[in-house]
Amino acid sequence: MRYRNTWEDAVVGKMEKVADNVMQIQIIPAGDTAAFTVGSHLDIAVLINDLPEIRSYSLVGRYGPNKPYTIAVKRLPASRGGSKYMWGLKEGSKLRISQPTNHFELGFNTSNYLLIAGGIGITPILGMAEELIAKTDKNVRMLYLGRSAQEMPYIEALQKVLGQRLIVHFSDIDGFFDTSKILNLCDIETQVYLCGPIGLMNAVRKTWENGPFNNQNLRFETFGASGLFAPQAYTVKIPRFNREVQVNENQTLLSALLDAKIDVMYDCKKGECGLCQLDILDYSGDIDHRDFFFSEEEKGENKKMCACVSRVANGNITIDTAYRG
Amino acid sequence: MSTHTFTMNESFPMNAWYAVAWDVELKHKLLPRTICNKPLVLYRKKDGTPIALEDACWHRLLPLSKGSLRDDTVVCGYHGLEYNSDGRCSYMPSQETINPTACVRSYPVIQKYRFIWVWMGNPALADESKIPDMHWNDDPDWAGDGQMIKVHCNYRLVVDNLMDLTHETFVHSETIGDRNVAEAPFDVHYDEKTATVTRWMKDIQPPPFWKGQLNKVFDHDGTVDRWQIIKFEAPCTVNIDVGVAIANTGAQEGDRSKGVNGYVLNTITPSTNQTCLYFWAFSRNYNLKDQSNTTELKNGVAHIFSQDEDILEAQQKAINENPDREFYNLNIDAGAMWARRITDNMVAKEKKD
Repeated sequence: MRYRNTWEDAVVGKMEKVADNVMQIQIIPAGDTAAFTVGSHLDIAVLINDLPEIRSYSLVGRYGPNKPYTIAVKRLPASRGGSKYMWGLKEGSKLRISQPTNHFELGFNTSNYLLIAGGIGITPILGMAEELIAKTDKNVRMLYLGRSAQEMPYIEALQKVLGQRLIVHFSDIDGFFDTSKILNLCDIETQVYLCGPIGLMNAVRKTWENGPFNNQNLRFETFGASGLFAPQAYTVKIPRFNREVQVNENQTLLSALLDAKIDVMYDCKKGECGLCQLDILDYSGDIDHRDFFFSEEEKGENKKMCACVSRVANGNITIDTAYRG
Repeated sequence: MSTHTFTMNESFPMNAWYAVAWDVELKHKLLPRTICNKPLVLYRKKDGTPIALEDACWHRLLPLSKGSLRDDTVVCGYHGLEYNSDGRCSYMPSQETINPTACVRSYPVIQKYRFIWVWMGNPALADESKIPDMHWNDDPDWAGDGQMIKVHCNYRLVVDNLMDLTHETFVHSETIGDRNVAEAPFDVHYDEKTATVTRWMKDIQPPPFWKGQLNKVFDHDGTVDRWQIIKFEAPCTVNIDVGVAIANTGAQEGDRSKGVNGYVLNTITPSTNQTCLYFWAFSRNYNLKDQSNTTELKNGVAHIFSQDEDILEAQQKAINENPDREFYNLNIDAGAMWARRITDNMVAKEKKD
């Protein structure tokens, strides 16, 4: 369910590095901290190139009265600008934040759970682990993947609550993770909660869809931030308008088109709804499909792409919009 | 607390089990009910499991109760989006994938004591042991039945009504009421979760209703000891232990063998701020195999409660028409006031936690 945001003032509390490139930020709202369920996120008004934008960050841990909101932000070298802004905050900095909203709610109507976090995808999963471990009638296992211990926050806290039920995979030591293994950790009752980079999400989804279990038992959240390639600048040609537009590495195709006054319909801006889809007429290099709207098959055809999140790597593109005037 | 909040206080806790339907009301069919200002759609899966989902499609908010049920799947009646019994979307028209956030909220739901109970607040806190004890409603040592009525008043007014039975004398004068109820003294006790009002009327002439009940078991024409032990459990359940025994046979001391005992079971679920779903039943521990006695009692109580309904709706209207006025509370309101305070504490604690 989608909720209308109500905005309030907040200030930044303690900022603390909890892993290489991960900053934990406490946010103290002007009013009371609102009760939230695990899996919730906050929308935060940020400035990117001095222009206002909104970014979503999962809340870390469980709600507690008089406890500030806590988020953790990974600094991405080629970010759309959100992480750079958040890292530039200081204790006492002023912010505008929304109420907590949950699009990734933990269900309690089963007894078996598998939590899967990849890298900074740990942020919504940590609270879920704490919540499930507090309930004696739930069996929970967790898989936490990342490059190395130095880059993965909260490992110790998780080991403390989960013990043997936590499996940690370091790709720099353990190598590639074979996602088919997750099926052995599940049965027909298991609900899987997944958050991580797109490569992991796609692999787990593919494994799950080809496995024996119900599709609805795999639940995941994405903010459309990661791709298979590092973001690069590229050029978009739109023959219908006889235009050529540059997309910078920290800009989305959608925002580049809108800035150039080329109208595109859109809504979710995180690659889920499909409203911003464009026709691909020609391209060079690779289309980095970062959305969750098109199926793998559709992505493979490279006939359409979601302008809000997807990009071009190592090349350029020619597109058409829906305008037929 | 400012006095103004008392009369108009319509608040309720979310972290509580609320009765939403009688067991027999819920079928393999979509049933809309508004609980705590939140529209829900209820149904039973094919295997009988009760389900409660948010009654608004994730897509364009049409009530799902306007749609249909196919096996255990709810199909929206507008664009055909489908939801499984966990509220997860399992079909979206004209696209190959399903939006990962597509779901409607599903609420913890349990069938117990012949009622379907739903937990409206944080699902992590939903614990079956927090369902108020209403076992008399399906205990083989007791027989009875009841109904649900939708009353156009805030649920707290119904709790007030049940916590002070002096009103029987005036609202229900021809059945259960008599002067003794209005004149006998009573005791009020409370703890963190409950408030109890106890009233014993010793050696009195039984009112017509109780004389009739006693005579089903005992051939007795004289005086009786009558009791009413009203127990409130926050936020909205009131179980009333009622009965009469042949006078001076030790009922108050604990020997009720020379008497007849009933439980008036009430749980009043907030629907909107000014409507409630009032579930009640009457269970008895005598004459158990006489089914006409069950029907007679159910019809009798239904008649009595329709008199209350009339009073309560008129009271709510009067409250709305006199927004500058506060209740004047009397000694007889002690039980109702403890009940309100316990509920207020529950609401305040929930805000704080």
